Amino acid sequence: MEQLLNRICVAKFDELPENLGRRVHVGEGNLEIAIFKLANGNIKAIENRCPHKGGVLSEGIVSGELVFCPMHDWKISTCDGKAQGPDIGCVKTYKVEVEDNDVYLLIEK
Amino acid sequence: MKKQKIVLIGNGMAGIRAVEEILKLAPNRFKITVFGSEPYPNYNRIQLSKVLQGDTEVADITLNTWEWYEENGILLYPGETVIEIDTDNQIVSTDKKRQVKYDKLIMATGSDPFMLPLPGIDKEGVTAFRNIKDCELMISASENYKKAVVIGGGLLGLEAARGLLNLGMQVDVVHLSDCLMERQLDKTAGKMLQKELENQGMNFLLEKQSAEITGLDRVEGLKFKDGEEVKADLVVMAVGIKPNVTLANESGIQVNRGIIVNDYLETTVPNVFAVGECAEHREMVYGLVAPLYQQGLEMAKRICGIDSEGYQGSVLSTQLKVSGVDVFSAGEINEDEDTKSVRVFDDWLGVYKKVLVKEGKITGAVLFGDTQDGTRLLSLINKKAAIEEYMDNARSEETGLDLIASMPDEEIICGCNGVTKCSIVEAINTQGLTTFEQVKGCTNASRSCGGCRSLVTDLLAYTVGDAFEQNQKESICGCTTLSKDEVIEEIKDKGLSHTREVMHVLGWKSEEGCSKCRPALNYYLGMLNPLEYKDEKESRYVNERLRANIQKDGTYGVVPRMYGGVTNSTDLRKIADVADKYDVKLIKVTGGQRIDLLGVKKEDLPSIWAELDMPSGAAYSKGLRTVKTCVGADFCRFGTSDSIGLGTKMEKKFEGMNAPHKVKMSVSACPRNCAEGGIKDVGVIGLDGEYEIYVGGNAGTHMRQADLLAKVKTEEEVIEMTAAFLQYYRETANYLDRTSVWVERLGIEHIQTYLSDEKMFKELNQRMDESLSIVQDGWKEVLESETMVRDLYQNVNIPAGSN
Repeated sequence: MEQLLNRICVAKFDELPENLGRRVHVGEGNLEIAIFKLANGNIKAIENRCPHKGGVLSEGIVSGELVFCPMHDWKISTCDGKAQGPDIGCVKTYKVEVEDNDVYLLIEK
Repeated sequence: MKKQKIVLIGNGMAGIRAVEEILKLAPNRFKITVFGSEPYPNYNRIQLSKVLQGDTEVADITLNTWEWYEENGILLYPGETVIEIDTDNQIVSTDKKRQVKYDKLIMATGSDPFMLPLPGIDKEGVTAFRNIKDCELMISASENYKKAVVIGGGLLGLEAARGLLNLGMQVDVVHLSDCLMERQLDKTAGKMLQKELENQGMNFLLEKQSAEITGLDRVEGLKFKDGEEVKADLVVMAVGIKPNVTLANESGIQVNRGIIVNDYLETTVPNVFAVGECAEHREMVYGLVAPLYQQGLEMAKRICGIDSEGYQGSVLSTQLKVSGVDVFSAGEINEDEDTKSVRVFDDWLGVYKKVLVKEGKITGAVLFGDTQDGTRLLSLINKKAAIEEYMDNARSEETGLDLIASMPDEEIICGCNGVTKCSIVEAINTQGLTTFEQVKGCTNASRSCGGCRSLVTDLLAYTVGDAFEQNQKESICGCTTLSKDEVIEEIKDKGLSHTREVMHVLGWKSEEGCSKCRPALNYYLGMLNPLEYKDEKESRYVNERLRANIQKDGTYGVVPRMYGGVTNSTDLRKIADVADKYDVKLIKVTGGQRIDLLGVKKEDLPSIWAELDMPSGAAYSKGLRTVKTCVGADFCRFGTSDSIGLGTKMEKKFEGMNAPHKVKMSVSACPRNCAEGGIKDVGVIGLDGEYEIYVGGNAGTHMRQADLLAKVKTEEEVIEMTAAFLQYYRETANYLDRTSVWVERLGIEHIQTYLSDEKMFKELNQRMDESLSIVQDGWKEVLESETMVRDLYQNVNIPAGSN
């Protein structure tokens, strides 16, 4: 089934610092997304809540495609959202598109 | 051949463990059906107290996932209770009218909490502490009510009480005896435990017999036999458990206190086994996990037709799972006419150890405060070792390895996470692990309390043999095999200048390192080359990067600097105004004599700092935190020196200094030491005409009394000595080692000798001054940089319904 997606510009590509996360609040609710510009220049977006205890992943140390949760050091993949062993858990991932210098986040309507 | 049918009644830890053993010994031989009354897969009941204490969540304590049952072809009926066993035709019937035939039946019905038959027991707000449901009831009660009473000062009661404290309730613990955990602890340890828990905020009502639970629909109070009454919005009954034997009894299986079993866990009825808390073996009923796992293994061998000598009973051991309290006991705990004991009692550090000896053999142990020896002692008790072996063990590493070698495979090494010797050995062998950190990462052993670290290290040494030595130089992290000293040498030799360069040139296994090595490298590079190195924000932990302390909800704490702990009415007014304006959730005076504004949103941090217009208190830093001072000679009638003056000078000098870990200092003006120099990284005591400098003290996880470093005559000398000491620490300590650990590693005599060399002393001071010369105020630096404000503090907000 085709999902309806909102495409929202959230940042300028060249203004996003490498290997640092940025928090994106969506709407009035509690949804928060963490956006990362990795060292290889790829932009990744995941739910900003560690599956362990809800730590803010956007403030974690980024290494390659992994982010280390600042609360208890869980390792989460920014690509598929999965916690790395031996921990088990998963966060949602979001699609990101970069056009010219604009970074767009695709979220469900 | 047709598969034999095994039916397991009880989907708990003992039963499922036994099934796991059967699957290991004879995969595919049996068709297994499991009935469990609770609507969950098998979970770690022991960890319930951690759920209640908020350290973990229900989802985290699941031991076997739904998928596990499926993958192993096990038919699980959760939320379904077996109500009848027809032992003649070998059929069980359930409350959902299901009938299943069995070839072997395993009863693992566990136990029920024992509820005192008090009037009012059926009121709302009265609960046991046994399962997930009880846990949830207590958590939801804590949201609406204030006052809890726990009946029972045993293991379970105290864990429940600690959990309720964490949930913000006031807690009374009622206990019949005059001593807590009297079945596991002797009087001395019981009293030490009581004192510690009182410090944590528990209130004890000892030698009290409960008589009646009062209230209308919901509980309102608890009345005692002596007529006294206390208020209660929640009553938790934790007075003990009784084996659940009803079904067995009704089915004609012989029961006493539990279901009677022989050494092979067979009941009096053919093809019916019992295991776990419901079973009674040689007149003993066990309620702890290790014996239940041993039983499960022996039973599995019998069912699979493997010869063994059977279950021989277990020595009981206990470890209390309350954070901040280390208690362990095993075997016998109280002396009688035939026993002698070896005791260590250190009132200052709060450590008590007692080992009981009967006819030269170790028969029991009680440990309080330091339980590192626990697992080893249990093992020695189990093999009835001579006391000399323990005493020698304390000194010789080799016997530690012998001990590891003699441990049975099923022995639990990590009690917190239930990791056995064989599973660690298997992980080491199959995944080629060579360091403690790797073992911890792959097996979860030592990941919770860390008490088994030395055992895990011994086991690693024993398993990998010669390969072990070369790996024990303690590499920085799993990304490299190099030690800190080697990395520092290479950085100096090759003139490396950023973390990525270090990782690349020195052959790191992961391209960008990890959360351990990156902050460490960032520190080492900055320490080696303070004037040139550009600090990497992305290699700093969150608190240091954002210059504020992250809280569990993602808000931050703000601590302005108050030199020497002295403030004034202008600053206090500013703090109050800022707190109001930014809706600060909590204003707290810290242990280091500062004011902490808690619950601040990240995006508000820069404006708060700007409005405070005070220097950063660096409460987030790995570096100088605070210099705590006593009132001193100006006001105090005992004070012999100007502690505030000296403390302020020291704080101004070392403010902004980076270090391997946080550094706390203090200055007191007389030996009463009101600023608590005995537990500081540097503690100065001003005497009449002389200063004493103490170092390496710590009040935290690694409690340590400070050592006297030097006695000097003037304030200037105090500052120089402190600078030399701290610079030596900065240059030679492992990142994240506090001075306490570092002083212990180097030895205080070595440090004294090193600093007594005039040339070294001078050079250390010069290098310290050089590194301090580039220090900027943490907050000002941010406020002066638009990029930092944008990159680090700004969030993106997407309004609802935007496109």
